[in-house]
Amino acid sequence: MDLATSMNTASMKTTSMNTTSVNTKANARGVSLNALPAESRTLNLEDETLTLAVKELNLFYGDKQALHGINMRIPKNRVTAFIGPSGCGKSTLLRCFNRMNDLVDQCHIDGQILLEDNNIYERAVDVADLRRRVGMVFQKPNPFPKSIYENVAYGLRIQGIKKKRVLDETVEWALRSAALWDEVKDRLHESALGMSGGQQQRLVIARTVAVQPEVLLLDEPASALDPISTLKIEELIHELKKNFTIVIVTHNMQQAARVSDYTAFMYMGELIEFGATDTLFTTPKKKQTEDYITGRYG
Amino acid sequence: MELDIDAHSGHISQQFNEELEGIKSHLMAMGGVVEKQLADALTALNDGDTDLAERARRSDEQINRWEISIEEQCTRILARRQPAASDLRLIVSISRAVNDLERIGDEAARIAAHAITLAEEGEAPRGYPETRHIGTLVREMVSNALNAFARYDTDLAYRVAKADEQIDAEYKTAMRTLVTYMMEDPRSISRILNVIWVLRSLERIGDHARNIAQHLIYMVKGINVSHSSLQQIEKTLQI
Repeated sequence: MDLATSMNTASMKTTSMNTTSVNTKANARGVSLNALPAESRTLNLEDETLTLAVKELNLFYGDKQALHGINMRIPKNRVTAFIGPSGCGKSTLLRCFNRMNDLVDQCHIDGQILLEDNNIYERAVDVADLRRRVGMVFQKPNPFPKSIYENVAYGLRIQGIKKKRVLDETVEWALRSAALWDEVKDRLHESALGMSGGQQQRLVIARTVAVQPEVLLLDEPASALDPISTLKIEELIHELKKNFTIVIVTHNMQQAARVSDYTAFMYMGELIEFGATDTLFTTPKKKQTEDYITGRYG
Repeated sequence: MELDIDAHSGHISQQFNEELEGIKSHLMAMGGVVEKQLADALTALNDGDTDLAERARRSDEQINRWEISIEEQCTRILARRQPAASDLRLIVSISRAVNDLERIGDEAARIAAHAITLAEEGEAPRGYPETRHIGTLVREMVSNALNAFARYDTDLAYRVAKADEQIDAEYKTAMRTLVTYMMEDPRSISRILNVIWVLRSLERIGDHARNIAQHLIYMVKGINVSHSSLQQIEKTLQI
């Protein structure tokens, strides 16, 4: 055995010892060597359960057509965001989901919107019941001039619920759902108008979820709020989607990118592109979408 | 502003915290695979173990998958969160570190391929002691670069950068020795050339480990030290 070979034999031992120490080091960083990279997690609309389906929806204000042949599917327990320049029809479309446009004179709608397979524009539909199932929160917080407790209990009282225990429990649950309980639990009977704007908006969300709707429509819910309150609302939206299907209109594209699972881009009353937010914000398919989200027009 | 290890948690958005935590741990997982691949390639070279070399070569596929997956996560976070300040530097640094790790993987696969050639020729392994010594140093560098990243440890990162100078010096000495072997016995030239390729790969791996350490310094300090000398880096770290 020559010198080189014997050195080589010695090196075998040290090297295999070092191999073991590599393994332990990797474990010390808290990782397993057998872990495989996550497959691309992009959501796929085909795999979702649907809550709402829009079919060939046209909407006219008098002679002016505001929505053109919209077809869209809103998946259950997901956040769907509508983005687009002012006047593109995103709020109009949102308001169709609980028939808020019924209140507008000369508004005419054809086409269908199915909520759990039933057309909400059927004659027989009870609009008050529809609006309980499809709740809505607006841009400006609009608490009633009542106490915090009474604001949240309002919808329940209208439903004829009188038992104090039921009311107490539901109010607490709703306030907790809206991430507001800890801030207000010691002043439930003070006026809601004394709260900050961000708190008022979360109170309105609590009031909406108290009647346990299936869908939450949010129309620019954070545009009147400061950046931190905005982030709190966004975090809340992320929590709420476990229990509700959420549709949000926002003119803040970054907000749509942060909170939503699916994004719809609308322009001039038409649905230009609809897809998983990851895809739409990294590789949009239509040039109009690309131009809008990169700030080239709109 | 100094970053501590918890610097990237504490966002109001819990999901954002999880996403950042996710890419950090994925980088570490990928690093673990690369470290193992390099260790296997070097062991295979020394032991003439072609099976182990083949395994090391094949783990390149897994490393490539990790690279694509982490790159995608970085892109997604950039598009959806518009990260700022230390969050932005984290994403940028990880995205760069992933490229360096992938290149280390490529070089390790190359070493494994040479290990197979050398083992199949099966003659006396002249020139191996040189690779063994540099190999140990380089593996330590890679491991330390990853540890520095895991702990946001800039002092350790500095030591990695410093070790690279040592590697470069050792590389030159080893080359001189190997050239003498070739002059002594021209029949060994083709074999020794294979060993030289291995050394070259090891030297390159050292450069990539140094890059990873520099990305970490950029992330923690916010100062780009890509083209800085050791003295400049040292000064940066004292600020």
